Amino acid sequence: MADPIGIEIRNLYKIFGSDPEAHIEAVRAGMTKAELQREHHHVLGLRDINISIAPGSIQVIMGLSGSGKSTLIRHINRLIDPTAGEIIIEGRNVVDMPPETLREFRRHKTAMVFQKFGLLPHRTVLDNAAYGLEVQGLSQAERYRTAMRWIERVGLKGFEKSYPSQLSGGMQQRVGLARALANDAPILLMDEAYSALDPLIRYDMQTVLLDLQQEVRKTIVFITHDLDEALRIGDRIALLRDGSVIQQGTAQDIVMRPADDYVANFVQHVDRGKVLKVGAVMVQPQGAEPLPDASIAAEASIADALRQMAAGQLQALRVHDPKGQPVGVIPFRNAIDAYTGSMEANP
Amino acid sequence: MTWLTSFPQLKSAWLRDLQRVIDDSFRTFTRSYGDLIEGFFAPLQTLLIWFERLLLGTPWPIILLVVAGLAWGASRSLRVVIGSVLTLVLIGLFGMWDDTMKTISMVLAATVLSIAIGLPLGILMARSQRVQRTLNPILDIMQTMPSFVYLIPVVMLLGIGRVPGLIAVVIYALPPMIRLTNLGIRQVDREVLEATDAFGSSAWQKLTKAQLPLALPTIMAGINQTIMMALAMVVIAAMIGVQGLGQPVLRAINNQYFTLGLFNGFAIVGIAILFDRISQAWGKRLQKHQEASHG
Repeated sequence: MADPIGIEIRNLYKIFGSDPEAHIEAVRAGMTKAELQREHHHVLGLRDINISIAPGSIQVIMGLSGSGKSTLIRHINRLIDPTAGEIIIEGRNVVDMPPETLREFRRHKTAMVFQKFGLLPHRTVLDNAAYGLEVQGLSQAERYRTAMRWIERVGLKGFEKSYPSQLSGGMQQRVGLARALANDAPILLMDEAYSALDPLIRYDMQTVLLDLQQEVRKTIVFITHDLDEALRIGDRIALLRDGSVIQQGTAQDIVMRPADDYVANFVQHVDRGKVLKVGAVMVQPQGAEPLPDASIAAEASIADALRQMAAGQLQALRVHDPKGQPVGVIPFRNAIDAYTGSMEANP
Repeated sequence: MTWLTSFPQLKSAWLRDLQRVIDDSFRTFTRSYGDLIEGFFAPLQTLLIWFERLLLGTPWPIILLVVAGLAWGASRSLRVVIGSVLTLVLIGLFGMWDDTMKTISMVLAATVLSIAIGLPLGILMARSQRVQRTLNPILDIMQTMPSFVYLIPVVMLLGIGRVPGLIAVVIYALPPMIRLTNLGIRQVDREVLEATDAFGSSAWQKLTKAQLPLALPTIMAGINQTIMMALAMVVIAAMIGVQGLGQPVLRAINNQYFTLGLFNGFAIVGIAILFDRISQAWGKRLQKHQEASHG
């Protein structure tokens, strides 16, 4: 398996219309989406996007419909050409690749999962899952072997001879996922991959993805409009609005320090107890006070900490890192404040 | 006030001269290039004769078996098989076997030729707006121009016989093949194509692995239409010497042989239905992946 690789998106702009280049300077100078639309009948898709995606991490790009998130993900494998900007992957600028290089790049470096699955309806599950390998020119035996392995891995064993129309939405998306994973590309692009699924199946598929990520360590770009989904799977989250990134950071950053009212409004209904981690609200032990005996991992959620304190009728818990070393204390009061949102977290 | 009731027209002397100039230059063109053009179309003659010899030379029981086999292979329906065989048996009993075989060979040759020309043109048309803009009016003309009109230059160039007949039939039967190939490819789901792009398919891979297979039902409808149009042209083609069921019909019209006309007419209808059922059933079976859909 290939080593994970990172993605650098730098100063990316996209303007839709008959003559995008003519307006790029005006947009750079600060023309708004509405002004551009009204005065020049061009649509501002993306404005000055800068995102640095670490190798092997899950980067969520989240926003409501029309925010430009699907446009953004299509720039990474250049299904859409940008108006300006760079996308650097392994030291190469995807934007400058000639067609032949781009095709090789798409074949070996990226794989994509689509909201509406994008399966070939006239092919069986097996032939769909093997599509990427077929395009790469592998022999039938080889590609069937790999595809079968991933079909089994996503839980579709026994359905390999079925056609997509015979499967439910959740199963079709498993085929989409198997097709993408069979490619063994270091970058996995997921465009609202789970948005068309009902909530239970969506949760199930998120689990499948998180489990798989433990094994395969890919660089995953995940688009969603669902905040709970974003918070659950994203190592980092970028919030997009009207084509601009309005905030990026970890789930905790966004929940505890929303950049503006729009974000605050967005995150106010989040279950903070599940999202916030003990490590983010703990305090340093003060003076000579002895550390509490009961201990909790820094990675645990506030809800877990509160449950543990309530059960043991404790006023504080000792916090330990993965190696078991004490790193701080979480008093009951701080946990409650963080849970109800009445306290700013320590930076 | 005569200028109001009769449309002002160019002087008749002018019109006469214009016609003469065009006629003369075309005649000169025919004289100087006729042989060359005939040579160019000679392979068609070979193709036609080959088809005709094949169908006429094969013993009738084998033809019946082959048709039954084709019908079964295409439809998996006993009704279609029995219907097809019965049609041919009746045609044979009423003494029209040879003419029918000649007509079928003509239709087959025309269909093969139409597919060979129409499929690539349809693909080209689907890939380029400019080709579509250029080709559309030409196809309109091909479909609306009365066939007798384009028979004139064809006959002037190639004389009377099979090959000009075949060309006339192909001109008439080709447009649906091109149009439906174009339509079928353009109708392929954009999401699917985007997926094939995302996995790094080349244009050829995209065409052969996604566009053509997904357009196939529509293309099959085009082939079906082409066959039907080719059959419809058989009688008109008989006027320029194409052998087959059209000849007796023509004779019947000229001499008012009502029964002769009726029999041959029914034979044409019979093989039309036979062709139609078999090709449609085949087209449907190609879409078997769409039959069982999940609720």
